[in-house]
Amino acid sequence: MQNTTSIIKAQSKNLDFFYSNGMQALKSVNMPLYENKITALIGPSGCGKSTFLRCFNRMHDLYPGNKYQGEIVMHPDNTNILEHGVDPIEVRMRISMVFQKPNPFPKSIYENVAYGLRVRGESNKRMLDDKVEEALKGAALWNEVKDRQQDLAFNLSGGQQQRLCIARALATDPEIMLFDEPTSALDPIATANIEELMSELKQKLTILVVTHNMQQAARVSDYTAYMYLGELMEYDDTNTIFTNPTRKETEDYITGKFG
Amino acid sequence: MNTATQMLNQPINLTISPRLAKNVRRNIKERIIEFILMLAALSAVATTLSIVAILLYESLSFFKTVSLVDFFTDTQWTPLFEDAHYGILPLVSGTLTTSAVALAVAIPIGTISAIYLSEFASHKTREIVKPLLELLVGVPTIVFGYFALLFLTPILQKIFPELPGFNMLSAGIVMGIMIVPYIASLAEDAMRAVPMSMREGSYAMGATRFQTATRVVTPAAISGIVAAYILGISRAVGETMVVAVAAGQQPIVSFNPMESAATITAYIVQVALGDLPHGSIGYQSIFAAGLVLMGITLCFNILGHLIRKKYREHY
Repeated sequence: MQNTTSIIKAQSKNLDFFYSNGMQALKSVNMPLYENKITALIGPSGCGKSTFLRCFNRMHDLYPGNKYQGEIVMHPDNTNILEHGVDPIEVRMRISMVFQKPNPFPKSIYENVAYGLRVRGESNKRMLDDKVEEALKGAALWNEVKDRQQDLAFNLSGGQQQRLCIARALATDPEIMLFDEPTSALDPIATANIEELMSELKQKLTILVVTHNMQQAARVSDYTAYMYLGELMEYDDTNTIFTNPTRKETEDYITGKFG
Repeated sequence: MNTATQMLNQPINLTISPRLAKNVRRNIKERIIEFILMLAALSAVATTLSIVAILLYESLSFFKTVSLVDFFTDTQWTPLFEDAHYGILPLVSGTLTTSAVALAVAIPIGTISAIYLSEFASHKTREIVKPLLELLVGVPTIVFGYFALLFLTPILQKIFPELPGFNMLSAGIVMGIMIVPYIASLAEDAMRAVPMSMREGSYAMGATRFQTATRVVTPAAISGIVAAYILGISRAVGETMVVAVAAGQQPIVSFNPMESAATITAYIVQVALGDLPHGSIGYQSIFAAGLVLMGITLCFNILGHLIRKKYREHY
């Protein structure tokens, strides 16, 4: 690997996951997330990439009967965030998420971005104004919406809505950001914007992105993981995975022979 | 030049081949079915229209005797007395007051129940509670009326010794309880229709269940919730038995729920049960009162429609 000096921000250790119907969606996944790097998860539908991603912000807790086994250790806390004594709300405050389909709230642009701060009890108008502006700038949306922050978020285009969702996730200064196929509902131009944005964001935080788009993984990520049937088949820096994968299965998937 | 291009350029003698001609039998069958379906749809419209027509017709003869100004400004409603007055205000005030009390009870309880059922209750709890709640809808309103008169009023009289035996407070509260299941059930449906992705977005921001329910799900479902309120208002305004039994029969202009008063519906019941001669002014007054009732309900429905249009779901 090229980047031996990188710091590990989080890592999964022997992570198993079971859905409430008993299906095992993850099988002993061991994988690091390096700080200020983008890690891409690729693999055919149903391979467990989204399931894996959603373990990081304990999204599975919303549905009864789901079960984690193993650990996701977050650094520098050295805490297993799947532990029973860990509050999922505290985890989500530090690990934010952008979803597949833009899902703005039925509120104004401003209130969408301020939401995370408001639920944390922040009500200082000046503080909120500053944070909203900073987040909208961070999501490359400020110039388009600065004069209409009180407009309903639904009036934005799909690409703008997704950037709004990124701004919303940014506003609370997360350490890790999870992207679950963030561009699958967007056109090529909006996709390029989001990809560029991700590359900028990694200066500040650590990114884990699920994608169905192999070119996207190759373009934006530093590390790539190929998953299949709940198992991590191969993990390496992106160049190696795309030019010289170790496993035959990875190569078949990447070259389109399979999947 | 190949044969395909040659065919393209040749003139064609257009005919209708029998295999492509209109199928007369099938078309007639479709027409007949369409007509029957239209009749079914029209029957509801026709009924409504004829009700409105009869209301208008009978009211028209009423307004030949009573001027519109008297009807809307006189503060006495005594159509059956020697010294007859025909001011609708006492009945309207009674109707609005009982409805307001009912909504003051039903909107908070109904909304909170809906939030609980949709956002907090486990699947199992919801499966038990919701049918029970909907069972409450099946209780005959006369039972609620006697519940108000014989059970709630005595209790209220212990708190407010001045309270008369017939009063709008007790009738309004019971009417509110009666409406709760309507509002809760409809509002819950609206909230459950909010896509899960929106809730996940809120949770992912570190919001609690309560914050998600009140700040994201409720605004997202607002148009359905408002529709539930409007239905509740219509029910309250049109409710008859509870007010006829428990609110009293004295038509006085009062917005104080501690007093006894007649509502429009209560008056109609009272008079319709008596032996008024057909065509008399008392008989016609029922229709005028009915017309006002319909007008009030219509206003609320239009208001509800406008609000729904303004806050329609965007997801």
